[in-house]
Amino acid sequence: MWDYSDKVKEHFFAPRNVGAMEDANGVGDVGSISCGDALRLSLKVDPISEVIEDAKFQTFGCGSAIASSSALTEIIKGMTLDAALAVTNQDIANYLDGLPPEKMHCSVMGREALQAAIAHYRGEAWKDDHEEGALVCKCFAIDAVLIENTIRSNHLHTVEDVTNYTKAGGGCSSCHEGIEEILTRVLAERGEVFDPDAAPAPVEPDPLPIAASGQSSMTNLQRIRRIEAVIESIRPQLRMDGGDAELVEVDGNSIYVKMTGACSGCSMAAMTVGGIQQRLMEELGEFIRVIPAEQMPGTERRSAHG
Amino acid sequence: MGDIYLDNNATTQCDPKVVEAMLPYFLEQFGNPSSIHSFGNGVGRAIAKARKQIQALLGAKHDSEIILTSCGTESDNTAILSALKCFPGRKEIIITTVEHPAVLALCAQLEKDGYRIHRLAVDGKGRLDLDEYRKLLTPNVAIVSVMWANNETGTLFPVEEMAAMASAAGVQFHTDAVQAVGKVPIDLKNSAIDMLSLSGHKLHAPKGIGVLYLKRGARFRPLLRGGHQERGRRAGTENSASVVGLGKACELALEHIEYENSQVKALRDRLEQGILSQVPNCFVTGDPSNRLPNTTNIAFEYIEGEAILMLLNKKGIAASSGSACTSGSLEPSHVMRAMNIPYTAAHGTIRFSLSRYNTPAEIEQVIAAVPPIAAELRRLSPYWGERGPLAEPENAFAPVYG
Ligand SMILES: Cc1ncc(COP(=O)(O)O)c(C=O)c1O
Ligand code: FES
Repeated sequence: MWDYSDKVKEHFFAPRNVGAMEDANGVGDVGSISCGDALRLSLKVDPISEVIEDAKFQTFGCGSAIASSSALTEIIKGMTLDAALAVTNQDIANYLDGLPPEKMHCSVMGREALQAAIAHYRGEAWKDDHEEGALVCKCFAIDAVLIENTIRSNHLHTVEDVTNYTKAGGGCSSCHEGIEEILTRVLAERGEVFDPDAAPAPVEPDPLPIAASGQSSMTNLQRIRRIEAVIESIRPQLRMDGGDAELVEVDGNSIYVKMTGACSGCSMAAMTVGGIQQRLMEELGEFIRVIPAEQMPGTERRSAHG
Repeated sequence: MGDIYLDNNATTQCDPKVVEAMLPYFLEQFGNPSSIHSFGNGVGRAIAKARKQIQALLGAKHDSEIILTSCGTESDNTAILSALKCFPGRKEIIITTVEHPAVLALCAQLEKDGYRIHRLAVDGKGRLDLDEYRKLLTPNVAIVSVMWANNETGTLFPVEEMAAMASAAGVQFHTDAVQAVGKVPIDLKNSAIDMLSLSGHKLHAPKGIGVLYLKRGARFRPLLRGGHQERGRRAGTENSASVVGLGKACELALEHIEYENSQVKALRDRLEQGILSQVPNCFVTGDPSNRLPNTTNIAFEYIEGEAILMLLNKKGIAASSGSACTSGSLEPSHVMRAMNIPYTAAHGTIRFSLSRYNTPAEIEQVIAAVPPIAAELRRLSPYWGERGPLAEPENAFAPVYG
């Protein structure tokens, strides 16, 4: 069965805040029985301070759906509505020490129930714009609907394009057959034929403050600034995935980076490090080795700059 | 208290006698059965004996009708692909909607390659309509592949009758009997079945060994070509220890088939009745009057299967579920959907599959464990009120999207 964290099991076996709430003033219902998970979140909000005084849930669903609901109620109790609206599904997953990729949708359902409940409290209509398809890429938890929409809206042609735009296929690559099938179908809709040998669309890298050139033409300070700029340009993407990276030290070709958040512990850390390294090499035009900060040798060696 | 294993349709424990029979073939008789020297010549004899034991369980006429393979999936794939090669002018295949993925996924791929796949529908109890089947049996059909027993519900299909109908129409007939072998009597020499797949790990032999029965005279093209093993019909050095184990397992299965259909069946019936009489809003899926003796599949309404399994597991009970969540897909089991089981129940189906190792005491423990689990999950469910399901639950709880 699934490799659930202890935290998920704890919240499943002893869920917090279960049940209906008589005096709820914000109720959010999401999911459906046909999909196999459905959640009702009931909130009691203080009308003056807009603080969530109590939260309860009722959930039809699997182990991680119940654990995600339980975690959600624990996270938002005592928050103001505005603070609660900033809670992401990644926050719910992090609170549970992670969810398997197939189960990330359970945390998405939690966030949607929260949005729906707050909209209900405020007398607004909440519309779900989230459509879920079958999971295609397990490495990055990307589903068919997202891949299809991305192919359509960006006019993509190749598996590499899909990886560049959605990350799907960028890991173990075992989902490439599935991605090719989606490409074949979507391309057929616009009267084209999928060509496995087609060249991918060029990706435009974000323009950086200093033009790329060889190491020799840069001063040491310029070079470090440039490394910083490259890492800064990657950070928004990492943050979207609930992680972050920070430049710690430059020692010749070895660049030490501190990985935090979802990236640090997860199986993708190695890939992320690889990705940063690739990008740095492209931008600096020299060989670079990116090393997680934990592997940095002692201070006495660090003074020996190269 | 030891853990209670009720997931024998997924896989079984090796019988200790099977393991004992296998051991010499790892350390002593490890030679290649094709070799002349003394490390291998005993292996050839052991494989020949195993072939006889398999033949006996299947009631096959000749031992050369037994082709050893690596698993049930390989046997299924070999059978269907062979027929397509033998009859290149025939572009249609008949299967059912409730086959195992070993057949369904292959046929879905063949469909993309231009073959026409007829998927026979089932009714609410998982039964086929033989008139519909008869109409499809034309000279355009390369092969019919219909499972003997369904892995999720245990429901039996009338494969012997269907094979006779196919034979009369001049069409090859294959049956995936992975779940049936060892649990229902099989007598292939008196049937029109051309090919039959079995898998060792469902009958107390190891995983990774299977058989394709091929009736003498039936046209065939191998999947794997190479050495002369299996008379050129399946190349590759024999998995000799596992073959010996499978032979022993077949011998034991034949000895226990009576027990399976009396004692094991009685335990299954007791379990089913014990749960149905205590838990409200649950029912048996499939055809209770015509199914494997060891299987019961119970749908618990308004709760979800994976959650049930996790709570059962906490109490040391192993079973399985057709819920979407256990497989990581969005749809509940294709078998439940094919029988039109409503979504309110399909996500909460639990399969208990027994073996000759289960005891009455274990069954009583499970009967005691299930009702509180169902009650606890219903307490969490938005579809369940104080004293039962909400009136019209799907309308009472109708979220914004669905
Ligand atoms: C009906 C049926 N067919 C085929 C298979 C596949 O057998 P194997 O696991 O040996 O490939 C199974 C086992 O899950 C099965 O239940
Ligand atoms: S599953 Fe998509 S890259 Fe691994």
